[in-house]
Amino acid sequence: MTALDSRPRSGSLIEQFEYGLDAPICLTWELTYACNLECAHCLSSSGRRDPRELTTKQCEALIDELQRMQVFYVNIGGGEPTIRPDFWHLLEYAVAHQVGVKFSTNGVRITPERARFLASTDYVDVQVSLDGATAEVNDYVRGPGSYDTALRALGNLADAGFQDAKISVVVTRHNVEQLDEFKALADRFGATLRLTRLRPSGRGAQVWDELHPRSEQQRVLFDWLMVHGDDVLTGDSFFHLAAFGQSLPGLNLCGAGRVVCLIDPIGDVYACPFAIHDEFLAGNVLSDDGFQRIWQTAPLFAKLRSPQAGGACSQCAFFDSCRGGCMAAKFFTGMPLDGPDPECVQGYGESALTADRVIPGAGQNHSKAAATRNEPVMLTLQRREDLSGPPVTACAEDPLAGFDPNASRAHQR
Amino acid sequence: MSAMLHQRWELSPSVALRPEPFGALAYHFGNRRLTFLKRPQLVVVVRALAEQPDVRSALAAAGVPAAEWPAYLEALIRLAQGDMIRRADAHEGASV
Ligand code: SF4
Ligand code: SF4
Repeated sequence: MTALDSRPRSGSLIEQFEYGLDAPICLTWELTYACNLECAHCLSSSGRRDPRELTTKQCEALIDELQRMQVFYVNIGGGEPTIRPDFWHLLEYAVAHQVGVKFSTNGVRITPERARFLASTDYVDVQVSLDGATAEVNDYVRGPGSYDTALRALGNLADAGFQDAKISVVVTRHNVEQLDEFKALADRFGATLRLTRLRPSGRGAQVWDELHPRSEQQRVLFDWLMVHGDDVLTGDSFFHLAAFGQSLPGLNLCGAGRVVCLIDPIGDVYACPFAIHDEFLAGNVLSDDGFQRIWQTAPLFAKLRSPQAGGACSQCAFFDSCRGGCMAAKFFTGMPLDGPDPECVQGYGESALTADRVIPGAGQNHSKAAATRNEPVMLTLQRREDLSGPPVTACAEDPLAGFDPNASRAHQR
Repeated sequence: MSAMLHQRWELSPSVALRPEPFGALAYHFGNRRLTFLKRPQLVVVVRALAEQPDVRSALAAAGVPAAEWPAYLEALIRLAQGDMIRRADAHEGASV
């Protein structure tokens, strides 16, 4: 690694990770912004295809480069990656070039035939998104029919003999009580449960207040993870909970730009999949001479890899394990990046949320312009518990009315 | 000391090593495990395994002082448990 000649050669793994690696460990590549669903909390505000989407040839060239960099596997997502017509080709191309693939899907294209194909490949991992253990809870945020689609996909995979699929759950206020049910569901399909933190990224910014687990639920989650932590995956996304007093297994640090990275459908490179915003844009694989150059020389990444001040957190007894939490969660709630996480379990986030702050707008938006029948209905069913009475008139409301910045969310590997 | 010392070992065929400033990442394409070799010298030892008749010679060839052999053997045993390295003299069995 070039710019960092001053890095120490020894020291703990965490310290080494803070200085960054020659190639990312956890690289997410979103193949398309197009999606059949319109999940309320979509981290990438997906819906419509971007006309600048990388072509098949450009994707192949990127895979060649990842192979040269020895990026051993890539997390493919979207949008819904399987609706790209060349998805299955790119999957085979990557595997043939020693880049293993783990892809996230809502299940829409996992037919019995595709499931059999997947079961016959090595080096491919499938992760089906499900945000409720019941249709009621899931479809509330992911849209009507999405529960059935996901379960059909999991059934097809199990029937085809696909080993160890993942069920990927974003933990919310509504499903945090269903953790045991999720586990049972995973067991039923011979799958592994994967829990990640809800972050106020993409469309998630608009629903974070309503959906992020309440502080007492954070404790429930922490206790559950302490008991079941070895049987579930978390993408190391809950390390802010370490401030309850005990570290969870995994990597306890924000990996953005250090070991974590996102390549978006048009080739833009961001520090983290949850940080799609100009502030965290490091370059573009087409216009900046490839991914390796960006990863190794982008000034943004050099900055993220240089020692960071703990700000208000450095006084905290739990700073060593919590490290101030998630950069994206702080950024999209308008909190200082060197201060506490908005969901700080020691309660410092709440006081910071009441201070003056400006919530940054979305970085990009590929949401569908008009609602379709797949749109979740949560916004119309939502009960406004914060209102003591009806608004004077519907149109007299501030556009941010009901936005409670005191809510928050988290991450995945 | 461990019997491993007198056995011939090698990097598993499905494992790739990626050099890093602190040593290397080892990735097993079969079991998808990612392991960190936290010392450059351990990487030298692992790479030397296949070229040497036994682990003892690999340690010596990599210039590891005898006093540190136990620590290195421990690290090698952990790598063997994740199938990162395996016995090259396979007819003698693959257990550690
Ligand atoms: S902690 Fe937040 S910003 Fe950092 S890598 Fe995880 S999701 Fe991204
Ligand atoms: S003050 Fe900072 S380091 Fe301490 S628990 Fe809160 S977010 Fe974590």
